[in-house]
Amino acid sequence: MNTVIKVENLSKQYRLGQVGTGTLSHDINRWWHRLRGKEDPYLKIGEANDRTQRGNSDYVWALRDINFTVQHGEVLGIIGRNGAGKSTLLKILSRTTAPTTGSIKIKGRVASLLEVGTGFHPELSGRENIFLNGAILGMTKKEIKQKFDEIVDFAGVERYIDTPVKRYSSGMYVRLAFGVAAHLEPEILVVDEVLAVGDAEFQKKALGKMKDVSSKDGRTVLFVSHNMTAMKNLCNTIMYMQHGKIVEIGQTDTVINHYLTHSEINSEMVQSFAKPEDAPGNEFVKMKRIEALPILANPFDPITIETPINIEFEFWNYVPDKELNLSLHLYTPTEECVFNVYTDAKLLPEGLNKGVCEIPAHLLNDGIYSVSMMIVAERAYSLYNFEHVISFEVNEKRGISGWHGKHAGIVRPKLNFNFV
Amino acid sequence: MNHYNSEGETWDLEIKPKVSLFSLNLKEVWHYRDLMLLFVKRDFVAQYKQTILGPLWHVIQPILTTLMFLLIFGKIANIPTDGIPPVLFYMSGVTIWNYFSGCLTATSNTFVANAGIFGKVYFPRLVLPLSIVFSNIARLGIQFGILIIAILYYALFKQVPVVFGSQWLLLPLLVILMAGISLGLGIIISSLTTKYRDFSVLITFGIQLLMYATPVVYPLSFLSNKSYAWIIYWNPLSAIVEGFRFALFHTGSFTYSSLLYPFIFMIVVLLFGAMYFNKVERTFMDTV
Repeated sequence: MNTVIKVENLSKQYRLGQVGTGTLSHDINRWWHRLRGKEDPYLKIGEANDRTQRGNSDYVWALRDINFTVQHGEVLGIIGRNGAGKSTLLKILSRTTAPTTGSIKIKGRVASLLEVGTGFHPELSGRENIFLNGAILGMTKKEIKQKFDEIVDFAGVERYIDTPVKRYSSGMYVRLAFGVAAHLEPEILVVDEVLAVGDAEFQKKALGKMKDVSSKDGRTVLFVSHNMTAMKNLCNTIMYMQHGKIVEIGQTDTVINHYLTHSEINSEMVQSFAKPEDAPGNEFVKMKRIEALPILANPFDPITIETPINIEFEFWNYVPDKELNLSLHLYTPTEECVFNVYTDAKLLPEGLNKGVCEIPAHLLNDGIYSVSMMIVAERAYSLYNFEHVISFEVNEKRGISGWHGKHAGIVRPKLNFNFV
Repeated sequence: MNHYNSEGETWDLEIKPKVSLFSLNLKEVWHYRDLMLLFVKRDFVAQYKQTILGPLWHVIQPILTTLMFLLIFGKIANIPTDGIPPVLFYMSGVTIWNYFSGCLTATSNTFVANAGIFGKVYFPRLVLPLSIVFSNIARLGIQFGILIIAILYYALFKQVPVVFGSQWLLLPLLVILMAGISLGLGIIISSLTTKYRDFSVLITFGIQLLMYATPVVYPLSFLSNKSYAWIIYWNPLSAIVEGFRFALFHTGSFTYSSLLYPFIFMIVVLLFGAMYFNKVERTFMDTV
């Protein structure tokens, strides 16, 4: 094994807010300090980059003291919430901006796919743009000529090759752009969220190409995405970042699980409490247990889109004189409500009660879902809402298609959809 | 895993916060020469897509400017033209001046206009302003062609002899001086514009003002006894424009030694510009 990227004490500071007269005074102050041989006064300040909290300083550290190495042929996935510093890191690596302190040492040529289609000129034809784009990405004319047919073939735009790209559909545009980038032959490929664009067929092609690049050609790939399925399929190693720092680097499944656990939603599939004194709730109701129970032949199998899941909820009731009903909300990680279902309202005895909601197979798409359970009195007001108490992940059924991307849609019901 | 790593390992590239002021990486620029040519082509082709007249605009624009100057400065203001037929006098001035103003306007906009590309991929940033200087040479070539046609027309029909001689060898030298000065000034201004947009406002009317401080619409000899002549003498472009006319028509108060000043000026702005550009290109995406 051979280290191809070595990142040492890398930090990047950004100044927030508008550039205006304040900038000039800071610049003058900075220059005055430098003139007297002193350190930049604005480097000492700055805070961790947590976009959810309003900071006091105009300066933030998008990256703070990052250290890691990447081996030859490794596919490193970088995950983290928005603003964790992933893109900043890739930008420094692809030299579109310089670090504030620290260094990166690299062996081999780096090419970035920060956004496909960079430098495409709408007025130029597909052919002209292939050459221009290839040259921007660092290929020589000769190299592009050699790859030209392959690129056109990959993009599937032969008919339109001499049409200005402004006449292309967005899909064709992206395919052509990715085609050029994918046929570069860099030793290190940096990819940021290319999978967010394009149709299913293209995503499959793009991911397949990336896989080829790493496994067949032995190239190193750095890959940022929010698509955990793609991450699991492609990466040997995952780096989890938060607020400009590395939380963990390690084996793909382990780190992804930690990442999902660390997010604000409870990632446990069960919560249970032995005594009402310790349990969450209030004077009307207390939660004893809530659990997502997949119905699996083998308990160690993963939950897939073909697995029925029961949500069981046990609670202590202290209001036997009121008609109660349960209301269950199922959410995606982005807080979209998939559905809200409820029981009939009825008078329940004091003490333990239990409700079960059966989620059938072939309803949910693959992804992570969280459950909120609300207890409603008199069909009118909420006694308590146990928000995001449990969550579970539904996996893609592997092997049904060669496609590694995510199917579109929040639900994926199995409907009668046949040729007749 | 890193058994084979020793301290003395060699790296192809080291990304650091600061680089030496003089690490211009001209070798890298050379590696990207194909890109430079493609940018030249792009500038040229894309500009006239979806226009009816296309590259003819390169011809129309200097002719109309010449006619306008002829009317205002020749007929109305009655400024002498050093014994050169007024049309040729103005057209020669416009030709060399357009090259300068074209280069400067475009290069001074390098960072802001290309922020989209620069933000996504790395290539030596200097490639872009250089490509502009070259694509403008193509434009200069076209306009120079028209000037030659005009000179021949005057020779054939108006008995104004063509003064063809060794002084024509000055022309490429003058173009190089113009290119160097406009490139140097352009990259300095483009670097300043990344943070302070004030400079992009300044540049549009600054170029216009500068034209009047350069002997484009009047000959240098016209100023011989004027108290404000020093402004024009301090302008390094004066000697170049005057030299351009001298090379073509062998008139005017031009001396070879007067080119020393623009030459030194060019070296200074190029060095300073390259240093400043080099410093700014590394972090401009954070401020642009």
